[in-house]
Amino acid sequence: MRRRILTHLAAGTVLSSLLMIGTLHAQTSGGDDLLKMEKNAANVVMPTITYDNQRFSGLSQINASNVGKLQVAWTFSTGVLRGHEGAPLVIGDVMYVHAPFPNTVFALDLNHDGKILWKYEPKQDPNVIPVMCCDTVNRGVAYGDGKIFLHHADTTLVALDAKTGKVVCLVKTDDPSKGATGTEAPMVVKDKVYVGVSGGEFGVRAWLAAYSIKDGSQVWRAYSVGPDNEILVNPQKTTALGKPVAADSSTKTWQGDQWKIGGGGTWGWYSYDPQLNLIYYGTGNPSTWNPKQRPGDNKYSMTIFARDADTGEAKWLYQMTPHDEWDYDGVNEMILADQEIGGQMRHLLVHFDRNGFGYTLDRGTGELLVAAKFDPAVNWATHVDMDKSSPTYGRPQVVAQYSTEHNGEDTNTKGVCPAALGTKDEQPAAFSPDTGLFYVPTNHVCMDYEPFRVSYTAGQPYVGATLSMFPAPGGNTMGNFIAWDARAGKIVWSDPEQFSVWSGALATKGGVVFYGTLEGYLKAVDAKTGKELYKFKTPSGIIGNVMTYEHAGRQYVAVLSGVGGWAGIGLAAGLTDPHAGLGAVGGYAGLNDYTSLGGVLTVFALPPS
Amino acid sequence: MSSWGCIVRGILRCAVVLFAVLIVPSGLVHAITDGSGDPAAVKSDDGKWADKDGNPTFKIEADGTVDWYTYVGFTRYSAECLRCHGPDGMGSTYAPALMESMKRLSYSDFYATVAGGKQAVSSSQNLVMPAEGENKNVMCFIDAIYSYLRARADDAVGRGRPDKHAPKPAGYEKMQDDCMG
Repeated sequence: MRRRILTHLAAGTVLSSLLMIGTLHAQTSGGDDLLKMEKNAANVVMPTITYDNQRFSGLSQINASNVGKLQVAWTFSTGVLRGHEGAPLVIGDVMYVHAPFPNTVFALDLNHDGKILWKYEPKQDPNVIPVMCCDTVNRGVAYGDGKIFLHHADTTLVALDAKTGKVVCLVKTDDPSKGATGTEAPMVVKDKVYVGVSGGEFGVRAWLAAYSIKDGSQVWRAYSVGPDNEILVNPQKTTALGKPVAADSSTKTWQGDQWKIGGGGTWGWYSYDPQLNLIYYGTGNPSTWNPKQRPGDNKYSMTIFARDADTGEAKWLYQMTPHDEWDYDGVNEMILADQEIGGQMRHLLVHFDRNGFGYTLDRGTGELLVAAKFDPAVNWATHVDMDKSSPTYGRPQVVAQYSTEHNGEDTNTKGVCPAALGTKDEQPAAFSPDTGLFYVPTNHVCMDYEPFRVSYTAGQPYVGATLSMFPAPGGNTMGNFIAWDARAGKIVWSDPEQFSVWSGALATKGGVVFYGTLEGYLKAVDAKTGKELYKFKTPSGIIGNVMTYEHAGRQYVAVLSGVGGWAGIGLAAGLTDPHAGLGAVGGYAGLNDYTSLGGVLTVFALPPS
Repeated sequence: MSSWGCIVRGILRCAVVLFAVLIVPSGLVHAITDGSGDPAAVKSDDGKWADKDGNPTFKIEADGTVDWYTYVGFTRYSAECLRCHGPDGMGSTYAPALMESMKRLSYSDFYATVAGGKQAVSSSQNLVMPAEGENKNVMCFIDAIYSYLRARADDAVGRGRPDKHAPKPAGYEKMQDDCMG
């Protein structure tokens, strides 16, 4: 299988090299300035909407007083049944829509209700499908230098001519025969495109890499785990909680050479601060899920990284969940916002982790300012130690009852909150500078977790735990959509949802916040109060992110529906209800009873006036 | 004496046959609903149960205690198969519910699919089951996983972790060590 892929790719690379010679000059003359482009709210030029990942749009034609009149303007089927994460881009008159495996990309003409301008569909070895953890999702494409960048499932990074859809460049970034796959949305900064990799359930040693957008050559690659020169950490200069990390800070926290199969996936969203020239992202779980098999802190899995955009060197880092025992990946987005804390304006990084803590840090220095639970159900740790003089400063204080390390192999640790899918997964939150609040889609699900011994075989799952999930005690809902004050670490309002909220949020200048639900509703709520203002049931459950754009003077809101992903595993069959025998009224019926598969883009607008 | 013995044995056999006839209705149901025939456990090799044809099967005591291997099947299924096939063999948005499949598949069908994989790739779907033949985390426990899914197909165990299970058989650790290497 591996040889077949390589042969196929080798041919593709030769072809693309030839193609590049012909097209390079035409492509490089544009010199798109994404920093300037992101300020035009009519467009959405990157998967995170803006570099700061706020998912805030300056458009206000649709606002709290008229959003109730929203109508469907047009729809588009991707023709793919699997889970649809991410959101389209809009650049001028063209919308770029992506789909899960086979990783189709469409360019749609906004002047003609989404007529297809071009379609790209790569031929990939289907053997990559089963090495994708949790469905064959893809979180979107990036734009830069007149090209559309896409990371295929089989870890091919492709650049397409944005006008024609023709392949400009193909680069192989990793090896799917070892379980490495591409699911994340790339990010373009200046002359580089950043990509990461999935495979924490296959013992893949993950990385974040920068490739030249001109010729596809690799500029740098920073592994999540391993020796200093491979994780691009400077022992004297890189800091963790204000102190230099010192030599071999990653390898020392693994037994022997276990770091070589150490995981630390990089499949979340990336953000960028142009003033500091730093890029931010989080790393995923250490491999395996059985903590007993990998003693140590397993650095730098579960870590927030701030890296120099040009060199990749880590400026600071912070490991949130040392020695993970629950699969609390740290990949969720880093939202960059400037807010006043204690009378002082701070440059903040706000992150809602799978582990259930909402973190507020100084994004220049990595100083930890706030760490607070954003779901009261979280019970695996009492708190994060905020005492700077304490030897456990910055570490979560783990509760022995819920520690799968403490309870050991072949023991079922019961009632751990949150479940492995986290209080929040990849579905990105939004921030409104107008209200100063963060809008967070959350899961309200707990689990039993039993670790046991597994053996590692390259390309085979390397999991080592059994878990069962159920709604958090004391209620019959599995999700909440919350507003969060990151300065105080407090929930401001909370809208309960029957299922986990697995859709990325959007906040707008119109005082409206949008999100999707697993049953398939697009919802609009008041940014100040959370009051529901509008809902519409799309053709399938929503795990995509809501986006908005303006075309020909009219504001549109768009979202991909198409249920699947992690949510499609745990919830399709319905979670087990531990209280069923006690007479609790179940809102736990399977998602199957509400929605079915199918990727469709639904575009909304106000009726023409 | 010997002829009396024959007669006694004959009566006993008769009684057994009669008893079998009496319980046939449920037996027939099993024979129809399960791809390997009647799942009734008839013999045990150090806690590992087999049906009359030698296929792995489950053994549930009256108080609900499940045999050790069926329990191990639950844990290994949940670690290796759940990610696609969903919790408790109930399927996901992209892989079939194995508790249904087991009603059709024989033990050898099951074994062949797990070891060799399966592909159904068309313009409307991309279903790919990987070949697990080299995966010790699966193949060392394939009979246990089969027994568990068979029990799910036959409605002999419910959703979630079985509440009570038989103790670990004496030879289990050695079997696991020998197989996992």
